[in-house]
Amino acid sequence: MKIVGLIIVSVTGALLIYAAADFPAWSDPASPASTYLSPHFIEKTMEETSVPNIVTAVLADYRGFDTMFETTVIFSAGVVCFFLLRISRREEPEARHYRHVLTGVTVQLKEGYKIPPSADFERIDAVWTPPDLIIKTGCRILIPFIQLFALYVIAHGHHSPGGGFQGGVILGASVILFAISHDLRTAVRRMSEKLIGILCAVGVLIYAGTGALCLLLKLNFLNYSALAGVLHVDPVTARSHGILIVEIGVGIAVLATMIWIYNNVSSAGRYRQGL
Amino acid sequence: MIDLISTVVAKYNYWIYITLMMIGLYAMIAKNNLVKKIVGMNIFQTAIILFYVSIGVKKGATIPILEHGHGPDAHQVVHAVDYINPLPHVLMLTAIVVGVATLGVALALAIRIYNNYNTLEEDEILVQIREK
Repeated sequence: MKIVGLIIVSVTGALLIYAAADFPAWSDPASPASTYLSPHFIEKTMEETSVPNIVTAVLADYRGFDTMFETTVIFSAGVVCFFLLRISRREEPEARHYRHVLTGVTVQLKEGYKIPPSADFERIDAVWTPPDLIIKTGCRILIPFIQLFALYVIAHGHHSPGGGFQGGVILGASVILFAISHDLRTAVRRMSEKLIGILCAVGVLIYAGTGALCLLLKLNFLNYSALAGVLHVDPVTARSHGILIVEIGVGIAVLATMIWIYNNVSSAGRYRQGL
Repeated sequence: MIDLISTVVAKYNYWIYITLMMIGLYAMIAKNNLVKKIVGMNIFQTAIILFYVSIGVKKGATIPILEHGHGPDAHQVVHAVDYINPLPHVLMLTAIVVGVATLGVALALAIRIYNNYNTLEEDEILVQIREK
């Protein structure tokens, strides 16, 4: 298999190198990729959408339909991880372990017994490593700033590098950091599985709903100029606002999917202690 | 000879992307461990991203965010040569996030396979499938 692989790789590589001889030189302003469509985007974006960040404008407006289905791909990846891994059948172990948070005493309960409902006890696995205090405190300080930065990246995507995908990933990373520094049960208590599933769908719904709203207002699907009457602005500014709405939808969908994938993959669908 | 060297130097982005892409392809074909195959797939994706971003570069141009201000001279004329090509950046922005999502699905499949066969080595899995 190694020799076959080596032969395939060398033949493909040789063909690619042969083809690369016809490619334009690096950083050539007259290369085919930079001559047909992209000058239009660069020169007309400001007057057509009033968004200075051309990447955001092309992403959510000129190629809005493509981005909608990219968001759908991410949504379905989250759903696939859930269906592949999540173990819905409850297989309770013989004895369950609870830890009294104030004293650190661990209680083992046999089947059928229950502890009085109280916030002082937390459920733990039979093999349990306490989260490190320094890491816990450090993350507690860091996470709000990470989330603030993520919101800035989403909201300021029109004027600086950023947007829904990037901001959503940073937001998701902050929640994943919380799950790593504490444990998965604490993270799921803060942000339940149901909420993540709903957020995931709501993000895609915001995107597709904005498109459908444009359709109801008698213009094409995802033609944000139709929103001018609803938002009380001129059609060009309406495109800018439409892009922002759509980016928020993308951000929510990406945030929820990243957490969903992490929760399922890190605990193999059991939602216990996690990593 | 000098011609050849100048061609090689002028297109060095293509040589790097081809090398990376072939490393990824080789890992996907020849490696026995499923996680190493997934790592190979990611190297392959990174090579494509490098390729796309490198064809967007223009000499002497800046990032594709228009310089703008407020006031009377807010809207000056924009020249396409001053800004790099935004299109490859748009395509790769979504591709990176979709790449993370597909990585999640691939790892989920690997976990399911491990639960079934107690191994991630391809040949051992094939032996177990033949025995059934």
